[in-house]
Amino acid sequence: MNWNLFLTELVAGVTHGAVYSLIALGYSMVYGILKLLNFAHGDVYMVGAFVGFGIITVFGGAEALSVNVWVLLLVMLVCAMLAGGLLGVMIERFAYRRLRAAPRIAPLITALGVSFFLENAAQLVLGAQYQSYNSYGWKGGSLWTSGFNLPSGVHVGLPQIIAVVGAIVLMILLTWFVRRTRTGKAMRATSFDREAAAMMGIDVDRVIVATFFIGSALAGAAGVFNGLVYQQVWPYMGFQAGLYAFIAAVVGGIGNLPGAVVGGLVIGLAQSFSIGYISSTFSDAIVFAVLIAVMVLRPSGLLGRAAVQKV
Amino acid sequence: MSGTGDQVSTDGEHGSPNGEPLLVLEGIDTFYGPIHILQGLNLEVRAGELVCLLGGNASGKSTTLKTILGIVEPRNGTVRLEGEDVTRRPTSYRIRKGIAIVPENRRLFAPMTVLENLEMGAYLHGGGSKEDFERVYSLFPVLYERRSQLAGTLSGGEQQMVAMGRALMAKPKLLLMDEPSMGLAPILVERSFEIIKQVHEAGVAMLVVEQNANVSLSIADRGYVLSTGRLVLEGKADELRENEDLRKAYLGR
Ligand SMILES: Nc1ncnc2c1ncn2[C@@H]1O[C@H](COP(=O)(O)OP(=O)(O)O)[C@@H](O)[C@H]1O
Ligand SMILES: [Mg+2]
Repeated sequence: MNWNLFLTELVAGVTHGAVYSLIALGYSMVYGILKLLNFAHGDVYMVGAFVGFGIITVFGGAEALSVNVWVLLLVMLVCAMLAGGLLGVMIERFAYRRLRAAPRIAPLITALGVSFFLENAAQLVLGAQYQSYNSYGWKGGSLWTSGFNLPSGVHVGLPQIIAVVGAIVLMILLTWFVRRTRTGKAMRATSFDREAAAMMGIDVDRVIVATFFIGSALAGAAGVFNGLVYQQVWPYMGFQAGLYAFIAAVVGGIGNLPGAVVGGLVIGLAQSFSIGYISSTFSDAIVFAVLIAVMVLRPSGLLGRAAVQKV
Repeated sequence: MSGTGDQVSTDGEHGSPNGEPLLVLEGIDTFYGPIHILQGLNLEVRAGELVCLLGGNASGKSTTLKTILGIVEPRNGTVRLEGEDVTRRPTSYRIRKGIAIVPENRRLFAPMTVLENLEMGAYLHGGGSKEDFERVYSLFPVLYERRSQLAGTLSGGEQQMVAMGRALMAKPKLLLMDEPSMGLAPILVERSFEIIKQVHEAGVAMLVVEQNANVSLSIADRGYVLSTGRLVLEGKADELRENEDLRKAYLGR
């Protein structure tokens, strides 16, 4: 067995998986509470990635950074998460809220419209070309040379570690928030039974806003992590990532948060192993094959509850 | 209903003048889309009273409670709490003023623990003080034992206790109950109504919606009877129990 190839794809799969998981969490949170597939969610990720790129530029560009790398990363993350969160809240406020009582197809089509709008707006403002985080150039490339080696000479660079560990930290924070805080509990209650939550005095509108903010902030962070590892940002990057994250959410059991993480990992691994062992031409097909297989064997997703629970 | 009809309303910004009923519904018309559900409903509950609202299936009982809470907005009419017009106020505002509900079918948050369900009941009161929990646990000791269990895994009787405990967490002045006996074994119905009596005797006013006329009239002070969205009967509970029309209505179905 070629361990070098295997471990390379494993590392790539986990890194991709971390990014998909973060995006899938927002998909799942919004679906849980509104039963809406927010197809604009991938584009929030794109905006987060561009905000990160903007911060790099502000601090002198990849080759001539004027600040410490950790400070830079922190500023990038905070700004991308805030921008993502605020964008998510605006999308909810202006595109979805009025349609809450409408037939489900209406917000779905609106979500596609918002997605096109964001992609085209980004292209208009930022241009259609690829930009690069160029993290290889940061501080003379020291970021990628540090890290650690796996057996058979596979190197794991610091950016990959930052992306995966960062994603894990955010997931832990999210878990804590949802399980322990008052708003987090209200989110769970509202996503299980919106009317009963309202009957408890929970302001459902505010809970929905909080859900969009948090889910979208995670997507913004995912944009930064992705740029840090894979460099490229461009206006249409949200399409593929959003689609994969959506598949990840469904594979894990949409509406289920641990499911989104597991689904993200499965999709990330499926993608990189099919690229490494079969061909990059087929990776989309393989990812969809995973989706179909899971849907056939476990229609409610890997960790999804069967839909009979609700009384 | 003693005709309080056309008193000059000053849109009472401040609390209730003495003697104001806790809850007044005046000329309520509630629609679902084009369908006229509640038709000119007048109803009141005074402080400390236990009032029951009877009626067959789909007569509009739950809709009445949802109108009181502001889950649905009436097209015409006024909802007054302690004299204040709250018709256009959000649900949270009304709940903060002291209403709580045990909804139809209980509507527990099944994937959350018993403790978390109780916290949701006191959502507008910071999730409940130690006292609030103690009060509820002393009424339903079994909930203390089950506090870390998911509500969806409890038995029907226990779920009913969680639903009542959840509503009582907020220390309501007015407790709305939507068919508390539904789906319970007869012995549990009896237990439920004992608790209702006990809570009422502690000074909580109640509006109890029921199809089970006998049991609810036996503990109520007054009652209303709803039929396809209109009140057809109202009066003292013991008078209603003797009423031929009510008997016929319930036997005729
Ligand atoms: N959300 C709703 N949308 C449309 N119609 C409804 C809705 N809820 C209840 N109804 C209708 O309103 C009528 C009264 O319902 P409800 O108040 O639930 O009756 P009850 O509680 O007395 O059984 C019924 O005909 C019911 O079908
Ligand atoms: Mg009902």
